[in-house]
Amino acid sequence: MQIYLPIAEVSVNAFLLLGLGGLVGILSGMFGVGGGFLMTPLLFFIGIPPAVAVATEANQIVASSFSGALAHLKRKTVDLKMGLILLIGGLLGAGIGLIIFNYLKSLGQVDLLVKLCYVAFLGIIGSLMFIESLRAILKTQSGSLPKKVRRPRSFAQQLPFKMRFRTSGLYISVIPPILVGLLVGILSAIMGVGGGFIMVPAMIYILGMPTKVVVGTSLFQIIFVTGFTTVLHATTNYTVDIALAVLLLLGGVLGAQLGSQFGTRLRAEQLRILLALMVIAVCVKIALDLLIMPTELYSISNASMH
Amino acid sequence: MLRLILLFLISTSSAMAESVVIGMDKEKVAITATFDGSQILLFGAVKRDKPAPSGDIQIVVTIAGPSEPISVHRKAKVLGIWMNTDTVEVDAAPSFYAVATSSNFSSTINDTEDLRYKVSIPRAIRSVGAPMDVLDAASFSDAVIRIRSEKGLYQLLENKVNIDEQTLFRTSIEMPADISDGDYTARILLTRNGNVIDEFTTIIDVRKVGLERFLFNMSRENPLAYGLMSIAIAIFAGWAASLLFRFFRAT
Repeated sequence: MQIYLPIAEVSVNAFLLLGLGGLVGILSGMFGVGGGFLMTPLLFFIGIPPAVAVATEANQIVASSFSGALAHLKRKTVDLKMGLILLIGGLLGAGIGLIIFNYLKSLGQVDLLVKLCYVAFLGIIGSLMFIESLRAILKTQSGSLPKKVRRPRSFAQQLPFKMRFRTSGLYISVIPPILVGLLVGILSAIMGVGGGFIMVPAMIYILGMPTKVVVGTSLFQIIFVTGFTTVLHATTNYTVDIALAVLLLLGGVLGAQLGSQFGTRLRAEQLRILLALMVIAVCVKIALDLLIMPTELYSISNASMH
Repeated sequence: MLRLILLFLISTSSAMAESVVIGMDKEKVAITATFDGSQILLFGAVKRDKPAPSGDIQIVVTIAGPSEPISVHRKAKVLGIWMNTDTVEVDAAPSFYAVATSSNFSSTINDTEDLRYKVSIPRAIRSVGAPMDVLDAASFSDAVIRIRSEKGLYQLLENKVNIDEQTLFRTSIEMPADISDGDYTARILLTRNGNVIDEFTTIIDVRKVGLERFLFNMSRENPLAYGLMSIAIAIFAGWAASLLFRFFRAT
């Protein structure tokens, strides 16, 4: 069944969109990631204009992160205070990201920017995750339990403007969380992602937050940052396609439920190595698009949307 | 019914030696949520005051979508990466353009008349002002034609207008699903020996309707409310999903 998307102004198969939503939903349920970093490139591949894909995906992430954050709030695994501090940086970052996005769009370079961001971040995160989960698997196979290392005093504890975060059991400066929020906010606006795949490692390794509250807190602040990004894209570029978002949502909701059930049957290290491989695969695919000579050298963009 | 319309059209048309009157199966194309392209059937007749001069008549039918400014980018390899390096702004290019002729294009209308009436696809674009400062501007407009032709947005349909008895003619033009809305101009040129004898234009109203129209208009006229509504829908969907999950887990 073909459906005409009112904002993207393209006609696509509704079942394809439901299927994509479902597939990414399964993955996000299995791995506990938002899936924006997979969905946005997939939308490019099926012919949705990149600007619409990025803006609409931000809107879809509002839904999936809200649903996820609710569950974490119930389990009290959200550090609300830390979430709010991250959010200050996040909203600022989303604003900056959108200015960069719109400036490069006027230069006709927005596709390149988005793709380069994807290659860089997916490449780094994918390889790090792959190496670490491979090590963890080797360790468990050799029989020795992973040693608990007491983390050295991080620089987050040495900077000024310290604040106590009871839920996380931390007493650190607010500067690093604001900077982390800022970076993820910029990426959210440019890449159409929630940024959980960067936020989560940053919270663990840079801020030293306990793993228990990391996902919930990340989801909590992603709701607001992607919500803000949605409004910014809607008011400056008119590129949020609500019909597209709803179709992706429906598939995503079902998929996430299925995925979380698959996820319980696999071991954590195996899950992480699978996710790492997937992240690397998407990275390689986008990189090849940039490196191999395209069959059509010319492209058309709508000048009136500048 | 068709004949009655034609008779009516013929009897009321202006008094020229030879003039053209037309009808269409639809004057409105509604873009609904399930819009999957459309076919427009154009038919008409040639009205004559006196016997036809020698030489067969030919018909050209064009349908042009609303013109809009576009940017055409060309990629080149920079530091190993293919990126957009050259851009040509085209002041206005029709978002859709179809030309149907009753014979080969060149034998239906001659070059001078093509230039005057801007009938052929390249003329329909170039006529609205490609910049002169880019040396190979032609390759950019060629690219526009190539890309849009592949999507069925630009069509050259030679020998697709049927003429009966030098009087009645008909053609049908397919519009793909990916068209934008606006006023589409349908134009019929009556030619003999390559020269235009009469021209007739009419408007086809291509509009999003219902929900499509509501959403599109809201996104342009009230973008803040549209953005907030998008978030509200997303929040509601997220909440409904988590509610549903808990229900399923409980059972």
